[in-house]
Amino acid sequence: MHGLLLLAGVSLLSFVLVELAPGDYFAEMRLDPRISEATVHALRARYGLDRPLPERYGRWLASLAKGELGYSFAYGQPVGPLLWPRLRNTLLLTVTATALAWLLAVPLGTWWATRRRGPADAALTGLTAMLLALPDLVLVLGLLLLAVRTGWFPTGGMVSLGHEQMPWGARVKDVAFHLVLPVAALVLGIVPALVRYVRASVADALGAPFVRAARAHGIPERRVLFRHALPAAANPLVSLFGLSLAGLLSMSLLVEVVMSWPGLGPLFLEAILARDFHLVLGPVLASTFLLLGGNLLADLLLAATDPRIRTEER
Amino acid sequence: MPALLEVRDLTVHYTSGNGAPAVAVDELSLDVEEGEVVGLLGESGCGKTTLLLAILGLLPESAHVVKGSIRFRGRELRTLSGAELRGLRGAEVSIIFQEPALALNPVRRVGPQVAEVVRAHRRWSRRRCREEALSMLAEVGFTAPERVHDSYPHELSGGERQRVVIAQALACRPALILADEPTASLDSTTQAELRALLGALQSRFGLALLLVSHDLGALAALAHRVLVMYAGRLVEAGGPTQVFGDPLHPYSRGLLRALPRAPDPAGSREQRIPPPIPGMSPDPAHLPPGCAFEPRCPDRLPPCVERPPQETRLADGRHVRCFKYGG
Ligand SMILES: Nc1ncnc2c1ncn2[C@@H]1O[C@H](COP(=O)(O)OP(=O)(O)OP(=O)(O)O)[C@@H](O)[C@H]1O
Ligand SMILES: [Mg+2]
Repeated sequence: MHGLLLLAGVSLLSFVLVELAPGDYFAEMRLDPRISEATVHALRARYGLDRPLPERYGRWLASLAKGELGYSFAYGQPVGPLLWPRLRNTLLLTVTATALAWLLAVPLGTWWATRRRGPADAALTGLTAMLLALPDLVLVLGLLLLAVRTGWFPTGGMVSLGHEQMPWGARVKDVAFHLVLPVAALVLGIVPALVRYVRASVADALGAPFVRAARAHGIPERRVLFRHALPAAANPLVSLFGLSLAGLLSMSLLVEVVMSWPGLGPLFLEAILARDFHLVLGPVLASTFLLLGGNLLADLLLAATDPRIRTEER
Repeated sequence: MPALLEVRDLTVHYTSGNGAPAVAVDELSLDVEEGEVVGLLGESGCGKTTLLLAILGLLPESAHVVKGSIRFRGRELRTLSGAELRGLRGAEVSIIFQEPALALNPVRRVGPQVAEVVRAHRRWSRRRCREEALSMLAEVGFTAPERVHDSYPHELSGGERQRVVIAQALACRPALILADEPTASLDSTTQAELRALLGALQSRFGLALLLVSHDLGALAALAHRVLVMYAGRLVEAGGPTQVFGDPLHPYSRGLLRALPRAPDPAGSREQRIPPPIPGMSPDPAHLPPGCAFEPRCPDRLPPCVERPPQETRLADGRHVRCFKYGG
């Protein structure tokens, strides 16, 4: 319910913002001497750009309901069909990266939390601080440079030439191979923050009074960590899960553009440059949708891991 | 024949940053005999919790045992390895913490939290540990142990949680339980119930109990001996009737005047607000060179500012640390 309201709010806000931005797709045409003012005028009327804002919003909503999500002037077709394959590719990238990032961050952060004040602690503090300070763009370009220099991994795109002709297994392998670099960029971009957060949450749980009580009962240290501290740290970690998706998604747009991954990112950029309004709105809505989905998932997980929340809802 | 627990000259410092170390426990000695209930009394910050934590080697990193010895059944606990200490905790010596609500893991059912204490010390099957947990839950007064077993801590009342914590502490039949104000956070009816429960369990299992409490009613009913602590030191020790009826040390007198008595049988419902001892307890980082209570003491004598008084043993078997009685 809350999510639906949010979605409506985002759609309205982004629609108004995009519409209020100076210039439109056809304004560019006016600069072209071969196209007459009258033609531009007619085109604008045809696509309803001369109508007042509320009416345009209403029309766009109607096309949303049909799954068309408006009309792209540049492509001359509804936005929906342009968007779906891109969304799928972005999902492939971000879901893989999210899974990998968490699979790395949880064990590493937990281990780190048990190593207070030692060489490992200092090393990890330094390493994560360095990675956190590194701008995403520098990281992505650095990886790209590495790939170009070594030739180990493809530096762009999602498939090789002749992908369509490959047998099924080889096609999966091909895509996986192309995934390596952008996923590595995303994981390296988000893992430092995640690891620090996991470490802080687990360390927090290890300092809790019930952990001291468990130790006071002679519970072995491994069990204290896995059966007391980790379950108690699950709540903050799951809450972060939704947020981590947001960070990953926004970084993913950048990575996709630089590494020419055919996801929402390049489409978004292209649409903005062309002032192709409805095509700009598509990725915005899709991203909002993904974030809402992530948060919903986090809420469900939270209810599954935390008995206190389950009782509240009952 | 040594006592069950013998603490000698125990001194614990907290170091924080670069200031002078805070002396939380200062050359403290005490004995607890097999099956004996020893009450420990003293105002907030005098070092009671620190003392209990030090006995079980549970002090935080900022605390250091500077000197002294802690012997349990003649065995020096300060030199035990981590594994040996782990084997002792919960099995031979248990502790009940000040805040029972916080001593249970909030995201796990309470039954398994009792069973795991058994499992940590006995090579029993999972099933047998569970049965033992259920019988311990019955032992601490639950009429439906199965239901409690499957509850989460937040589904239980404060008194019920404290019963679970007692079941954990008792699960491996330790010889000694250190209890840190086990009833302080409960309402008075529940307090009375738990006080009765502790007494019953103590005599049933022949437990020795080092009981930190400001509940004079509980101490009078349960304790064989009462110790009064001030600024990390014991200032007075004796039987409960001796200490409560006729406190000797000026601090004990002030403290007992300040503590609410057990409900007046005459039935005066209005609670008199007891007059507190004037002044504040000294900063543990800057203890005075003489008696730590001297700045607040109504009966101070010339030597009080010069050196700390020594413990004096009186003819009736009581101990007091004050120049009024020799020093
Ligand atoms: N972790 C710590 N770091 C530094 N000083 C501490 C720490 N814990 C306790 N102290 C200090 O040690 C002294 C004794 O504290 P302790 O908790 O043992 O007192 P207490 O008698 O249990 O008090 P209360 O009745 O409030 O529980 C206090 O002066 C306190 O400020
Ligand atoms: Mg305390």
